[in-house]
Amino acid sequence: MAILFLAKIEVGSHFYIHLTEQLHFHGETVLVSFLVICLLSCAFFFTSRNLKQVPDSVQNFVEMAYEFVKNIAFASLGPAHFREFLPFIATLFFFVLGSNWSGALIPWKFFELPSGELAAPTNDINTTSCLAILTSITYFIAGFKFKGLRYFARYIKPSVFLLPINIIEDFTKPLSLNFRLFGNIVADELTVSVLCSLLPIFVPLPIMVLGLFAGSIQALIFSTLAAAYIGEIIE
Amino acid sequence: MVDSLVAAASVIAAAIAVGFAGIGPGIGQGSAAGQAVEAIARQPEAEGKIRGTLLLSFAFMEALTIYGLVVSLALLFANPFI
Repeated sequence: MAILFLAKIEVGSHFYIHLTEQLHFHGETVLVSFLVICLLSCAFFFTSRNLKQVPDSVQNFVEMAYEFVKNIAFASLGPAHFREFLPFIATLFFFVLGSNWSGALIPWKFFELPSGELAAPTNDINTTSCLAILTSITYFIAGFKFKGLRYFARYIKPSVFLLPINIIEDFTKPLSLNFRLFGNIVADELTVSVLCSLLPIFVPLPIMVLGLFAGSIQALIFSTLAAAYIGEIIE
Repeated sequence: MVDSLVAAASVIAAAIAVGFAGIGPGIGQGSAAGQAVEAIARQPEAEGKIRGTLLLSFAFMEALTIYGLVVSLALLFANPFI
C-alpha cells in the first residue's frame, strides 16, 4: 500500500535545521540544492578536462550545452559584453534546470526525514527569491560598472513623470522572476499529487512529462530574462 | 465564528483568483497559437524559429495565471488572516 503514496506531498512542513535561536534553515532545500550543485560541478569539471580536437560523445554533449547558454547570453547582451555575464547566466540556467529536474527525476520518497520531505529546491520560495535578488544585484552592479553615475539617468527616461514607475519596476522585476519560477514548479507538483490521490497509476505520467518540459522551459525563461534585464541596463 | 468565516471567504477567494487569472492568458495564448499556425502555413521553413518563440511567449503568458495560483496558494496554505 505504501508504494501508492510515493507521490504524496506535504504542504508547508519543513525539516528545520536550527543553527541558532533565531536562524533556521529549511533542511530539505539546503540538502537537495547542495546535491544539485555538487552533481553539476562534478559533471562539468570532469567533462572539461583533457578536451580533444575531435570531440567524443560526452564532449559533444557538453559543447552543445555550452553553445546553448552562450546563445542565450549572446542574444540579449551582444558580442561586446556577453563574455562577462556568461558565467552568471549559465550558472542560473543549469542550476534552475538541475533543481527542477531533480524534483521530478529522483525518487525522494525513499529517503525519510523527521518532518517535511525532500523535493526540488525551486519549490521553496526562498531559493527562487534568492536567485531573483542575485539577478537584481547583478544588473545594478553592471549598470554602475558600465555607466557610472549616469546609470541613474535611466530612471527619468523617457520623461521625468515616469520616475515612480521606473522605481517600481526595480521591485517588480525580481518579484515576477521569483513568482514565475516558484509558481510553475509548485503548480506542477500539486497537480501531480492531486492526480495521484485520485488514481495513482499511469494517469499522472503525462503530467509528470509535462512537468519535465515545463521545468526546462522555466530554466530557459529565467536565464533569458536575467540576460535581457542586464542587457537592457548596459546597452 | 470569525475564523470560520475568514476560512470560507479565503477558499472562495482562492477559487475566484485562479479562475479569473485563467481567462486573460487563455485568450492570449489562443490568439498567439492561431497566429503561429498562420505563420507556419505561410512559411513552413520557419517552423523551428516560430515554435521556439511561441513556447517562450506561452511561458510568459502562463506566468500571469501562475501569479493568481500563487495568491490562491497563499490563501489556502499560508493564510495571514487566520
